[in-house]
Amino acid sequence: MERNMTMIALFAALIAALGLIPSLTLAFGVPITAQSMGVMLAGAILGAKRGALAVLLFMALVALGLPLLAGGRGGLGTFVAPTSGFFLGWPVAAFVIGLIVERWQSGPLGVTVTLASVIGGILVMYGFGIVGMSIALKKTLAECAMLVTAFLPGDLLKAVLTGAITQALARSRPASILSRH
Amino acid sequence: MISLTSPVETWAHRIPAGAKLLALSGLTLGLFLTNRPEVLAASLLAIAALYRSAGTIFLRQGAGHLRMLWPFLLLIAVWHGLTGQIQAGLAIAFRLLAALALANFVTMTTRLTDMIAVLTMLLAPLRRIGLSTRAVELAIAMVLRFTPMLVENGNRLAMSWRARSRRRPNWRIVMPMAALALDDADHVAEALRARGGILPDTDNTRD
Repeated sequence: MERNMTMIALFAALIAALGLIPSLTLAFGVPITAQSMGVMLAGAILGAKRGALAVLLFMALVALGLPLLAGGRGGLGTFVAPTSGFFLGWPVAAFVIGLIVERWQSGPLGVTVTLASVIGGILVMYGFGIVGMSIALKKTLAECAMLVTAFLPGDLLKAVLTGAITQALARSRPASILSRH
Repeated sequence: MISLTSPVETWAHRIPAGAKLLALSGLTLGLFLTNRPEVLAASLLAIAALYRSAGTIFLRQGAGHLRMLWPFLLLIAVWHGLTGQIQAGLAIAFRLLAALALANFVTMTTRLTDMIAVLTMLLAPLRRIGLSTRAVELAIAMVLRFTPMLVENGNRLAMSWRARSRRRPNWRIVMPMAALALDDADHVAEALRARGGILPDTDNTRD
């Protein structure tokens, strides 16, 4: 109980910290927000339920008015912006990623996590994001889907990195991969 | 930790947080139900007046928070400029600005403690059916404490990276950052258990 709770709280804090480190440049010199990678990691490491709870806890703190999103954003405005769909899709993304990693125990961890991150962190999250954009911008789903393809390369990279990081963590802290216990 | 509450003390700071949140939900729903540009423009003007009533500094802070919308406003301008649906484009742009400005107004005029009080109130029904909300409250406190600690860890890892490499720190920092966080989670869990755990029915959890 205590361990589950501290793990959930620490992953919520990790998502926040990944948004606050300004100098973190992922690749090609383009500053990509590492925050959605934190969501992928939460699902991959904590598993479906705990991963989703960690993300929900983080979102609650953003709603309370803490500037925890990348670029110091936060507050209630986060829920009515054109990109809010993505934000609202975060807990579902973490849940789906966790579920896939939990269910596919036999697969090699790095590959499983990468695939799970593509399905949960891209397919599911983009689904939410596209619906949100189409409501805010009054455009059709297909038109909004075209707009978000710009983020695809960055997110694919994050999925691969999530796989690599989870595999490295499994080697150095095997007991901490709760999704595989 | 610094919250987004405006340091400029306004009349709206004194309105109960619950009332502000209710009004915000109702008004935002209203903004999304209408498509008439003149109604949405009037709402935007009214919200601007609301900000203005709190002073020029507050108005400028509020306008700064709307900057994140510019790529979308540009997109709307180009799209509707090309298709000639100017009326519809104006309605969308006004709605985006009004909805975000209104939500930010509530965030800017409500203290973190008042927001947490509303959250506790919303969780009260859970307590009545016998679930403990202590875990939620403790978890929020823990995130507030751990976030700066993790940022500090991250900065230290970035510094030690720079001491050893000419290249800039990259994603590889996330792995040791997560490993350190996992170790801390274990220590905190042990400390909590040693002090009687988080369940309220244990004897030694009284403060």
